[in-house]
Amino acid sequence: MSAADGLRAQRPGASTKELNRPAPDSYRVEELLAVSIARLIRARPTRHIAVGAASPIPAAACWLCVKQGDPLRLSLLHKRSGNPFTEGSRELFDLTGQGRIDLFFLGGGEIDGQANLNLIGTGEWPGMGVRFPGSFGSAFMYFMAGRTILFREEHSPRVLVKQVAHISAPGISEPGVYRPGHAQALVTGRCIFHFHPEQGRFSLASVHAGETVESVRAMTGFYFEVEGEVPETPAPTPDELALLRGTVCDEMVETYPEFCSRVWGRAQAA
Amino acid sequence: MTPISLAAMAASVPDGALIALPPDNSLPSVALAKALIRKGARGLRLVGVPISGFATDILIGAGCVAEIETSAVTLGEAGFAPRFSAALREGRIKIRDATCPAIHTRLQAAEKGVPFMPLRGLIGSDILANRPDWMVIESPFGTGEKITLLPALHPDIAVFHAVMADTAGNVWVGRRRECATIAHASQRSLVTVERLVEGNFLEDERLCPGAINATYIEAVAIAERGALPAALLDEYGFDTDYIMTYARAAKTEAGFAEWCAEHVFGAQAVAAE
Repeated sequence: MSAADGLRAQRPGASTKELNRPAPDSYRVEELLAVSIARLIRARPTRHIAVGAASPIPAAACWLCVKQGDPLRLSLLHKRSGNPFTEGSRELFDLTGQGRIDLFFLGGGEIDGQANLNLIGTGEWPGMGVRFPGSFGSAFMYFMAGRTILFREEHSPRVLVKQVAHISAPGISEPGVYRPGHAQALVTGRCIFHFHPEQGRFSLASVHAGETVESVRAMTGFYFEVEGEVPETPAPTPDELALLRGTVCDEMVETYPEFCSRVWGRAQAA
Repeated sequence: MTPISLAAMAASVPDGALIALPPDNSLPSVALAKALIRKGARGLRLVGVPISGFATDILIGAGCVAEIETSAVTLGEAGFAPRFSAALREGRIKIRDATCPAIHTRLQAAEKGVPFMPLRGLIGSDILANRPDWMVIESPFGTGEKITLLPALHPDIAVFHAVMADTAGNVWVGRRRECATIAHASQRSLVTVERLVEGNFLEDERLCPGAINATYIEAVAIAERGALPAALLDEYGFDTDYIMTYARAAKTEAGFAEWCAEHVFGAQAVAAE
């Protein structure tokens, strides 16, 4: 969760098969994650996406889709000028309750193999070990948004755990509970997992450059399925990188000045 | 309506009051939070609508707060709220965790004058498991759906920072209508503003949708740049450097005390208000 989580894409022995592909040291891990999330957005029909607090990489993915011409409606909760909500901050949840939000993003201080999210903390309730900020809208949005892409850059056994210490929002629900939406995928600094709500399990969809099934297994506290050969997560194309560093950054700098300055060296407006 | 002084407004807040506060993206009155610290407020019970930010962290750091109900406490891009984390660890405050729409729903129940309202989601979370005041029922409409009932939440005082007040006592918050919900749900509202203007917003078709009727407003105090370091609509932006400096200083009790001496009690801080 900290800004210091940033893992640089590291890269011995890179493949030379795809000559058109930028060398891994020519893009940042944040950019790889943004284009990966953009692909997950396009993988299913998506009309309206909401982006909540502290989600600069998912926001970059959404803006990338928009700049590539996808007909998306983007509602950014924290946009200061032109904020889409005119009925107060409850409107996001009202819209979602009506089924008008197809996709939302959530993270977690801990995420387990059933896609349960812990944004409360570790130790005794209410997080007497390490206290995380809190659950935000997760205990509602995870159920009610059409689907959720989980995002957590830090991929380590302390974050991806066998069982979360506290459940802010459960990955699956018992019968009798109204639950139209579930996790679609979990995107981390090492790989992409797909989530299967019927089985309550993740499967490994791709590993980022420099990672293997074994290295991901070693850094993951929960069990996940592996089916056949696991591909490498495609690197950002030069066109995607140009958009991210240009018009996507332009759109984001007001809301995420610290992120734009750290990742893209964009000076903050006075 | 004649504005009162910020100090008089702070003095009207009794120790132990239940106070609803919007977070950093929706018009917090940082000016009144600082005035409450100067007055030495104690035992306040804060409600983050629906989360809590900078104003809550400084009130906790100064020992003004006994408990909070909120869906998160955060300094946004500056990270975790340091004084909140320390106070929780040391057992100096109690927190009742919620989720954003639960706070909104409880306030809307109060706004409508009904005792409770239902909310979907929640079931299976430890937030619900730790809220004995929330109740799961089966829908009485025969669908078999399990759903949670949340009791109405009636804060004693709503505190926020509006752009302006008019001479009729209305205040103007633009699209930040959650401030209206807080005002409607609370017994009284204390509002700091950038400026006072002649006239009546309710008679102006363009200003009226962003106004809150004077019915709900008990007092107004002028506090220029009273939301800073938070942003105020299109009037001024976030002061990221200020929040980053605070986040670094407030990592320790001593660092917070020093920060407070300069930014809350310092001659400059007081003169500016």
